[in-house]
Amino acid sequence: MLAETAHFALAIALGLSLVQMVIPVWGVRRNDVALARVGEPAAIAVFILLAFAFGVLMHAYAVSDFSIRNVAENSHSAKPFIYKLTGTWGNHEGSMLLWVLILALFGALVAFSRKSLPDRLRAGTLAAQASVTVAFLLFILFTSNPFDRLNPAPPEGNDLNPILQDLGLAIHPPLLYIGYVGFSITYAFAVAALIDGRIDAVWARAVRPWTLCAWLFLTLGISMGSYWAYYELGWGGWWFWDPVENASLMPWLAGTALIHSTIVMEKRDALKVWTILLAILTFSLSLLGTFLVRSGVLTSVHTFATDPSRGLFILVILMVFIGGSLALFAWRAPLLRQGGLFAPVSREGALVVNNLFLAAACGAVFIGTLYPLALEGLTGAKISVGPPFFNATFLPLLVPLLLLLPFGQSMAWKRGDLLGTAQRLAAAVGVGLVAAVTILALTRGGPVAAPLGIGLGVFLVASAFWDLGERIVGRASGLGAIWSRAAGLPRSAYGTALAHAGVGVTVIGIAATAWATEDIAIMKPGDRLERGGSAIVMQQVFPRTGPNYRELVGRFTVEIDGRPRGTIDSMKRTFITRNNMQTTEAGIRTFGFSQLYVSLGEIQPDGSVGVRMYTKPLMLLIWLGSVIMALGGALSITDRRFRVAAPARARQPAPGPTPQPAE
Amino acid sequence: MPHLLAILLLALLPMTSARAVTPQERLPDAAMEQRARQISAGLRCLVCQNQSIDDSEAPLARDLRVLVRDRLKAGDSNGQVIDFVVARYGEYVLLKPPFGLHTALLWIGPALIFMAGAFGLWRLRRRQASAGLGRGLDDAEQAELERILEKR
Amino acid sequence: MTEAEMNAEAADGDGPPKRGRSWLHLAPLLFFAALALLFLFRLFAGDASRVPSALIGRPAPELALPALEGLVRDGRAVPGVAPAELRAGKVTILNVFASWCAPCRVEHPFLVEMGGSEAVRAGKVQVVGLNYKDEPENARRFLGALGNPYGAVGVDRTGRSAIEWGVYGVPETFLVGRDGTILKKHIGPLSAETARDLLAEAAAAAAR
Repeated sequence: MLAETAHFALAIALGLSLVQMVIPVWGVRRNDVALARVGEPAAIAVFILLAFAFGVLMHAYAVSDFSIRNVAENSHSAKPFIYKLTGTWGNHEGSMLLWVLILALFGALVAFSRKSLPDRLRAGTLAAQASVTVAFLLFILFTSNPFDRLNPAPPEGNDLNPILQDLGLAIHPPLLYIGYVGFSITYAFAVAALIDGRIDAVWARAVRPWTLCAWLFLTLGISMGSYWAYYELGWGGWWFWDPVENASLMPWLAGTALIHSTIVMEKRDALKVWTILLAILTFSLSLLGTFLVRSGVLTSVHTFATDPSRGLFILVILMVFIGGSLALFAWRAPLLRQGGLFAPVSREGALVVNNLFLAAACGAVFIGTLYPLALEGLTGAKISVGPPFFNATFLPLLVPLLLLLPFGQSMAWKRGDLLGTAQRLAAAVGVGLVAAVTILALTRGGPVAAPLGIGLGVFLVASAFWDLGERIVGRASGLGAIWSRAAGLPRSAYGTALAHAGVGVTVIGIAATAWATEDIAIMKPGDRLERGGSAIVMQQVFPRTGPNYRELVGRFTVEIDGRPRGTIDSMKRTFITRNNMQTTEAGIRTFGFSQLYVSLGEIQPDGSVGVRMYTKPLMLLIWLGSVIMALGGALSITDRRFRVAAPARARQPAPGPTPQPAE
Repeated sequence: MPHLLAILLLALLPMTSARAVTPQERLPDAAMEQRARQISAGLRCLVCQNQSIDDSEAPLARDLRVLVRDRLKAGDSNGQVIDFVVARYGEYVLLKPPFGLHTALLWIGPALIFMAGAFGLWRLRRRQASAGLGRGLDDAEQAELERILEKR
Repeated sequence: MTEAEMNAEAADGDGPPKRGRSWLHLAPLLFFAALALLFLFRLFAGDASRVPSALIGRPAPELALPALEGLVRDGRAVPGVAPAELRAGKVTILNVFASWCAPCRVEHPFLVEMGGSEAVRAGKVQVVGLNYKDEPENARRFLGALGNPYGAVGVDRTGRSAIEWGVYGVPETFLVGRDGTILKKHIGPLSAETARDLLAEAAAAAAR
């Protein structure tokens, strides 16, 4: 009965979303404030209804209610409880429901942000956002009903794909979806601005925190997905250039460009048309990703069970929202008042160059992902585009961008001084060069690109903080002056420095993968495998039984530089509930930022086991860097200028025991 | 029939956990083994999608790894081994698509986008300079704008 | 993103809008329309994971495979496959099968039907089996239970011959012309319909 109520709640939510989509726009037209505000309670109600529906589905998973088809197909009573819960979105229907739930959450948040948005813009944004909700609710109700019943209910479920029975499923998809769906707000803002025919610095300020929010979650989502793949797959890879990964990378690149172009728009009143287009494209790329994952037009290692009718429905959604907004763009963008200009050597000039590189990098990923599809469609020839292509085209666009990044960060608006900037960055360049040369000398005969990569990363980190330091210390004298300057600096300046330093940290982590090692051996208890200063000694191999699997455990003692450093358990699991499907649970031990990674292979007839040992120096920096980037984004959101309606509070000096300036 | 299996998987996880090259497959000659690894890393595993045969534990990938090593032992060059596999499975097995008429746009596309963007910026810049539009807000106007924005 | 979209940036920052340049604003829409059209076609283009054979129109690779020991049909031992077999003037339907392959069981009745068809009985078309990585005992039992449509069965224990043919999954079915040229490859299990079409094509090739 509960499931039927939840299904009904979806239908009501659809009706309310229609209200939210139509009435406010009408109200604005008629200058009727009451009607224009109807969107707000509607958005909140839609969120509550969808939260209820989602809760019901989750409950069905929790209690293993196999009378619901979705639960029967994707769960099992013996599955650990936490994976019963996360399994709610480990399938097409449930994940779609999570998707619209997040969509509604963002709608509700916009409704609540009454103070910081002009009325017209808020009404328009809510309406545009509601239209997306309507489309996806129709999709769920017509093609992907998660509350479908099975009669009679089977006694037991099919269980969830073992690879998804992992904490990664709890973390990665929700983060990723918040990122994808968050960009629907920027999209809605852009559409509202196009309809309104007005776009200005107020718009840029209003949209920026939403963009930052979506971007930071997408950053975390991609990064956590990468870490999940790294530890779950058993051979230590962390990025595969798979179409579905690319589908998440494209909106990230476009979103990163958008963050930077809105700054230019806000500060210099320039790049308006481009920013609007980027806002549309970013969400369009998110939608495109959804289509690619769920339609089956591309073969990916991780797709949902596909079905052309679903693909067709999503394609129609794509046509309506991407096609519609681009048509609106073609119609209205020429009418937008064109704004300010920029000198090539200035911060805005640097940000334009940043956008050029990011857009081209996004284009490279786009081409690499969709070219095979186009070629097969046009000529029937089937080709693969794998990592070598992306390394050859994406990296050459990324490296100059990274090299230029610190210059942009420390250059002045309007009229920058290239020489002066270079002089100010000299110290950071020096630190980077010293790092590169030192490592090059220490690892003579090893890879050459890697030390340069480390140098680049060090340069990025050093310059990010150097610039911040300059702005704080500058010519100020005395601790008090420094303190007050530090407090006076906007939060976004700290956020920027932090995010850019995060990029540097990730670059260091990626460069260091060049020194990763791999050893393969057949081992019996007592055998030893050694590489560099790391060694593992196999202790024993024994079977173990879990709630819904059997596993073979290989236990190893770890020695680093001759000293024992604990043990590693590496497992090979067989899921009896899923046709004896096997997974590898790699044993990983972390030392600082480096990891020792052991995975089990085939069992030999004589009882010995194939073992792979990887050393992964500084590997964790890859993900740590992205977390730092996200933190930088979070810090920027709290900048006071995004709370434009609360100037009185923002004008207050920083609270706390602030020492008086010494001057 | 793995190649027709619709895999029900979420987001970012390749389907099989892979361990690839087993110790028995390895060649005693380290240099030749190195070449074999290099070749295998560039050949796509057909049944697992988007993994190289070096990364995959699918039986066909193993067969192909052994084949690569057999051909190397028989004295083939790297290119000959790759051609052998391409002749049987098509260009689809190459993770790095060869440059050709049909892939020209793929390979130069990214550079084309970049150059088109750079050209557009350059033209925009020139038009602005000639139109004397180069002036944005001056400092006083900017300050005024900031003040207005703060007030809202 | 396309170059056109990047170009749209160039339209930014210009003074008053000019009619002549609005095509730049239209470019993203046109590009998307083309993309949507492509998606529409690909949605109904069938299983995207099927890899077309690189051997169509090429001479069939040499096939020298031992017989499946103990396999008897109509009182006579079923032979293996000799290299000349595929160029002997008959059109050949070569079916790659294994007893462990579930979809092979699904398509097998259609193969049996094919084996008893007019064209095969008239000796114009032959149906040949390639037993892929199988235990002989299991393969015999498989054919014993479901019927044996094959005039010859070659045993490929290692899968090496299958690689020569570009096989990447079981079942796969090849159509080989009288001169030993590969005409067609069907990937995955045959259905009643695809089996009928394949046989018709084989008969047509035999008549040429």
